[in-house]
Amino acid sequence: MERDIVSLVEPDRVRREVYTDPALFDLEMRRIHETVWIYCGHETQVPRPGDYYAVQIGRQPMIMVRDKDGRIHVLYNRCPHRGNMMCGDRRGNTGGFFNCSYHGWTFQHDGGLRSIPMMESGYEGTRFGRDNPDCSMKKAPRVERYRGFVFASLAARGPSLLEFLGESKIAFDDMCDRAPEGEVEIVPNCFRVIQHSNWKIFLENQLDALHPSVTHQSTGRAAHEVEQEIARKAKKGTAPLSYHMLSAFATVTVDKWDAFQTLNYPHGHCILTGYMGLRPQDPDTLAYDKIMIKTYGQKRFEEIVGVNIHHVLIYPGLSVQSALQQLRAIRPLGVDRTLTEIWHFRLKGAPEPIYRRSLAYYNLVNSPATLVNADDLENFWKCHQGLASDGGDWVTFGRHLGRDIEKNGVVETGPNMGTSEAPMRNQMKAWVQYMQG
Amino acid sequence: MDLQHQVEQFLYRQADLLDRKQWQDWIDLFTPDGIYWMPPDATYQTWDGQPAIFAEDRNLMTVRMKRVLHPDAWSQRPLWETSHVVSNVVIEKKHKSGEIEVRSRFHMMELRRDDVRHFAGAYSHRLVKVKNQFGIKLQRVDMTNAQAAYDYVLQVWV
Repeated sequence: MERDIVSLVEPDRVRREVYTDPALFDLEMRRIHETVWIYCGHETQVPRPGDYYAVQIGRQPMIMVRDKDGRIHVLYNRCPHRGNMMCGDRRGNTGGFFNCSYHGWTFQHDGGLRSIPMMESGYEGTRFGRDNPDCSMKKAPRVERYRGFVFASLAARGPSLLEFLGESKIAFDDMCDRAPEGEVEIVPNCFRVIQHSNWKIFLENQLDALHPSVTHQSTGRAAHEVEQEIARKAKKGTAPLSYHMLSAFATVTVDKWDAFQTLNYPHGHCILTGYMGLRPQDPDTLAYDKIMIKTYGQKRFEEIVGVNIHHVLIYPGLSVQSALQQLRAIRPLGVDRTLTEIWHFRLKGAPEPIYRRSLAYYNLVNSPATLVNADDLENFWKCHQGLASDGGDWVTFGRHLGRDIEKNGVVETGPNMGTSEAPMRNQMKAWVQYMQG
Repeated sequence: MDLQHQVEQFLYRQADLLDRKQWQDWIDLFTPDGIYWMPPDATYQTWDGQPAIFAEDRNLMTVRMKRVLHPDAWSQRPLWETSHVVSNVVIEKKHKSGEIEVRSRFHMMELRRDDVRHFAGAYSHRLVKVKNQFGIKLQRVDMTNAQAAYDYVLQVWV
């Protein structure tokens, strides 16, 4: 299999089976998603003891739960007795302990066995009982948090979370640093949308600077027309910033996207620099700036708001828009089906209008009635359908090949080459490394 | 015509305009400050400043209309049709201002390429009479499957 993996990926192209072969998908789940650090959720999703959230890691149904000491555990959602799922809902509160709905085995929030009905009489002389770890709920071997964001790894050994994240940890720093209190809290609503395509197609699209002005032309034009009409009617006024976020898809024409840059890191992580509407000078922004300067001082404030990031991709399953305080976590459901879980956050201590800015983007771009992603999902579906075709065996990633700049293991796109397919090449490089085990 | 009948006819027309893709005529059912709102779940009390599946004034409705009419709205290319049924129309409140609050139920079947989806739930309308015609101040759509995972997305109003 190892030799086969290597033959599937060339520096500038990838065999189509990488996206369509169910056996490769199973291997991906084992060697990538069920091995590396996967985003589970934010600690503010489970504020009270017993609060839990269901989370899928690779093919494994897991539960993220808070215990009475404030610790967060990630457990396999399975009773060790007969395999019953412990929590049937996506979220809730278990009370003081987990209680299996089938035969009443109960477990502590850390998964440890608490009680079995009539344990003494039923299990005396058997190998089952409190001393047997197989009678507890199995835990994810490793759970770590960074600035409130909880990750789990189903592998007992491997790099620490921070080693794994490397430079991509800026996604969380950029988000939290923009809060006067230095942290964010979740807005308790998750939009969930299913894509009919392989999970990698979504990830490749996230840092694809060539697609927005083509794919999202219709929305960009429509928003631009209405934006101008609002400004005209308002005389000296302007349309809300949310219109600008949408009209940029048309006004930032395809050639201008080359001015953006991608930074490509080990483990497949990537950053797309440039943020539409960075540092506007409207009264809401200025009021926020004032609070930030008071908190952090002018120098640190400039550093914080000077971070120029559009997207951070944390391979293999998290796309973060830190300056807009939102993220999309992907959960592969099958070789051709992918669930996205979409969340946004409040900057603690920031004025309400700043929250409303990220809310507008969340509602207009990331809700199930999205004005933007509808056309992406249409493309993803078409991509996946096309890959079934014998009309060609390869997907190509040749744009600006050979012109990227490599420094200390980091691949930067060359000057005015932001549309380089370097992020796709970088992701596939990581994929080959992971898949070789 | 009694009020009940007038309201029913108005709600049927609202749904029919959507099914016939008469987007501008549909937008024109709203008052200048009218809002179309689909909350993420039934517990939400206001459309303003909170997550929403839709929370659109006439300007945003116009963006959505212009988008779907654009020749390069790729996701609009495939065969795509809907059929609404509206029923259980109850006038809940008549305000002194002339505004009325109406509740009803809807069921929408959608066909996109070969895929059929069903969306159903409750409409809550706040209607006002302008020049002997109803205008929508607020159309709240509580979709029963609002919190379910979306297999693809919603492109226009339900």
